[in-house]
Amino acid sequence: MTLYEKLGGEAAVSAAVDIFYRKVLTDDRVNGFFDDIDMDGQIAKQKAFLTMVFGGPNNYTGKNMREAHAPLVEKGLSDLHVDVVIEHLGATLKELGVADEDIAEVASIANSVRDDVLNR
Amino acid sequence: MSFNLAYDGECYSIEDGASVLDTLLDQGIEIPHSCKSGVCQSCMVEVVTGTPTEASQTGLKATFKALNYALSCCLVAKEDLGVSLPNAEDSEVPVSIIKMEVLNHNVLRLCLKTKKQLDTIPGQYLSLITSDSLARSYSVANIPEVDGYIELHIRIIPNGRLGAWLLNDARLWMEVKLRGPAGECFYVCEKDEENDFPMVLAGTSTGLAPLYGIVRDALAQGHKGSIDLFHGALQPEDLYLVDELYDLSQQHKNFSYIPCVMKGNDGDFYTCGDIQELVAKHVVNKKDARLYLCGAPDLVNAMKKTAFLSGIASKHIFNDAFLPSK
Ligand code: HEM
Ligand code: FES
Repeated sequence: MTLYEKLGGEAAVSAAVDIFYRKVLTDDRVNGFFDDIDMDGQIAKQKAFLTMVFGGPNNYTGKNMREAHAPLVEKGLSDLHVDVVIEHLGATLKELGVADEDIAEVASIANSVRDDVLNR
Repeated sequence: MSFNLAYDGECYSIEDGASVLDTLLDQGIEIPHSCKSGVCQSCMVEVVTGTPTEASQTGLKATFKALNYALSCCLVAKEDLGVSLPNAEDSEVPVSIIKMEVLNHNVLRLCLKTKKQLDTIPGQYLSLITSDSLARSYSVANIPEVDGYIELHIRIIPNGRLGAWLLNDARLWMEVKLRGPAGECFYVCEKDEENDFPMVLAGTSTGLAPLYGIVRDALAQGHKGSIDLFHGALQPEDLYLVDELYDLSQQHKNFSYIPCVMKGNDGDFYTCGDIQELVAKHVVNKKDARLYLCGAPDLVNAMKKTAFLSGIASKHIFNDAFLPSK
């Protein structure tokens, strides 16, 4: 069973997205990056994000990740912000009752694209 | 084995189990898409022939499902299919003006009779195309199926072109055109859910129109949960349909009408205050509510965010994407 299946697939993404996005929107360290974007569009993007870090099916390449986050890097996106996002990701999964070792695996997938996200 | 796939007036062959998105892309047809895995929802199509598979509707909002929309990257052929991009096949239908009624100092009620049935759901919007080819979007404020006509609420904006057309040129029985419908702001109760969830609707100005249509539709469908309608205005004279809505609230125990006025006098028939704050307070303990919003985009976005943060699910927040224009 893949990690994505173990977490519950699309249903898990749907369950997690609102919880995660509420955390991000209320955290002053990162909510500035999400301010001027329409909420419905943002929910779809966050679902894409969650699917990816849950190890689910996606067609994103490192280049896509660079392009999607390049404007944010220009606004100062840094390691700190990636850490905050991973922290909220972990807290979200914890609330949903996901086991610690699975959370660690999700965090390591997120970490594996850190350099692309930060355009390094 | 293969099936037929109809798209944009052409018929293609689709292999058993192949996705509609891949099949059309292979033909050189441009369909918006991104993740190809059922997540981003950018590849949404309307299924006009055949039935969307369950997988192709996973994660879609209830209203999109009700419109027979599906994610083309996850829609595999198990039968002959016909798809189109959402709203691509809208045609214009001629309608005649059967009623023009002043609702308040700047809102007119326009009732239009169609010759041909137009499948609109109360709360969706249509483009009104005037005799001099102006086109503007307005929401459906009634239940056309029941009433036999379509009702729109039109705000007359000083120096607005549509307002000028209405005041100077529009006459009873004149023919105009409607295009549409579009929009996913309407009442829906899914097969597997009880119809007793609370509904909260909030709008300003003619944002009342779709909300009124949705309220009537929900009541007509026997909705059992509470239905609370907030209509916000700057001053009392900006409210309209006050008596009609009050009467409706007397007829239905579960429906409340809450007019709110920013610059009002305490003790009058309305609630004094800012609709944004009143709604924010109202939804605090209603996490399972469906929220319908319509009106000035900034206000709608602000209310949406507050409600979402107070616990309402993103998939339960409905608002129309179109911007009111002059
Ligand atoms: C930790 C690793 C991260 C991954 C795997 C990731 C993944 C993604 C994905 C898949 C998308 C959707 C791209 C698209 O379809 O256009 C996206 C968009 C976005 N991400 Fe990230 N992300 C990460 C970190 C961050 C961080 C730290 C922030 C800000 C604090 C952030 C803010 C955004 C924003 C604002 C968008 C939307 C951009 C747009 O609308 O074009 N992401 N991300
Ligand atoms: S391409 Fe993303 S959902 Fe179909």
